[in-house]
Amino acid sequence: MAEIAESGGGGHGKGKKRAKKGSTRVDMTPMVDLAFLLLTFFVLTSTFSKPKVMPLNYPAKVKDPKSVKAPKVNNAATFILADDKVYYYRGEFYPKTKPGPEGPTVLEEANFGSGEKSVRKLLASWNEYVIRNKAILQQKLDKKQIADSTFTRLVDELTVDKEAVKVLIKTDDKALCKSFIDLVDELKIANVGVIAPTDLSPAEKDLLKATKN
Amino acid sequence: MPKIKMPKGSPSIDMTPMVDLAFLLVTFFMLTASFRTAEPVTVETPSSISDKIIPENVIMVTLDRDGRVFFNLSDPEARKEMLGNMLTKYKVSLNDEQVEEFSIMSTFGCTMQELPAYLNTEAARRPDFQTKGIPTDSTRNELLDWISFAAGAAANTGKTAYEEAKLKGGEPKMEDFKPKFILRVDSKTLYKDAATVIDVFRELNLNNLNFVTSAEAIPVN
Repeated sequence: MAEIAESGGGGHGKGKKRAKKGSTRVDMTPMVDLAFLLLTFFVLTSTFSKPKVMPLNYPAKVKDPKSVKAPKVNNAATFILADDKVYYYRGEFYPKTKPGPEGPTVLEEANFGSGEKSVRKLLASWNEYVIRNKAILQQKLDKKQIADSTFTRLVDELTVDKEAVKVLIKTDDKALCKSFIDLVDELKIANVGVIAPTDLSPAEKDLLKATKN
Repeated sequence: MPKIKMPKGSPSIDMTPMVDLAFLLVTFFMLTASFRTAEPVTVETPSSISDKIIPENVIMVTLDRDGRVFFNLSDPEARKEMLGNMLTKYKVSLNDEQVEEFSIMSTFGCTMQELPAYLNTEAARRPDFQTKGIPTDSTRNELLDWISFAAGAAANTGKTAYEEAKLKGGEPKMEDFKPKFILRVDSKTLYKDAATVIDVFRELNLNNLNFVTSAEAIPVN
């Protein structure tokens, strides 16, 4: 293989002239070199994993925003993305001038880590009802008590249930797409079915400014 | 005690199995490799747990970290139809070569005025092409036109593909042939910039968007 081909034997003896006996070995070194070169090239250039997509439904655009009143959402949570921070509040928004039953809304800070105040822990506790019921359905599916399609339908119904948490996402001008995608990802992990990206209201902007300082 | 004698074998090793393997691997990689098409922008997508693979018939809008907008339509047939509509609307003319070039290139980002010059640029030089991307301002919303013409053209070719699949037998789902709307953003793009593009989609009543992400492991509790 890699050795140098011997020069073909066939000395010039006396008498008859014989045809030169060529060596049966061919030097394959260049071919092997090329094979490895190609191998390296393909290993380095080929891409295996196709990119994945994360579907997200946006609310339809309203032609005349003033004519539509914001619907009352029960069990809502609002996340506000600002710079690299995440804030949240539960329920409806009550400005300082018009406090609700529990006083004006206060923004709490959360993070994408794994501690007590992480988005994942918060969502897991808020959406406990859905996660628990989904686990029950999953068990039934595993035991073949319900069909695949029934399972998907029931889970879909579950995530829009009265008890399920609904999430509004609001972003300020400096929020990065990374934190937005991270947040949506966390919501999908926590089986949140209703995700609505919306705009910050002026009152919320003021509160955000006050909280940041 | 007798001395251990080193065997006096020939120093050459039989490398045939190794070479066999090498060729096997070369063949494998050659056949499976799918090459990345040259993109005028590099985008680092954020990661998510989603495991949905990017669909076939797509209309993709790319945003780089400076908020420049790029556009791509996967179907080459639909691309020609879309380009024709755009050229008529913006009164720009291209020669046959440029039209051909347009139908085979992938993502692009330039204004309609810059398009002829952009197409004359070599594919490798396009990342350096000085442009602000496709305009999205309300006064001259070229992106809106690109998307609406693309959606129309891709829906037509999707329908033809569906009919063909139906003739071949099997039960194809119409849903699989409809164009999907993909948004590819860089991790460091401002969400505000993405929101302007999303608003363009919503303006056209296309509310079901997909974000391109790289895969990430699903956390186990």
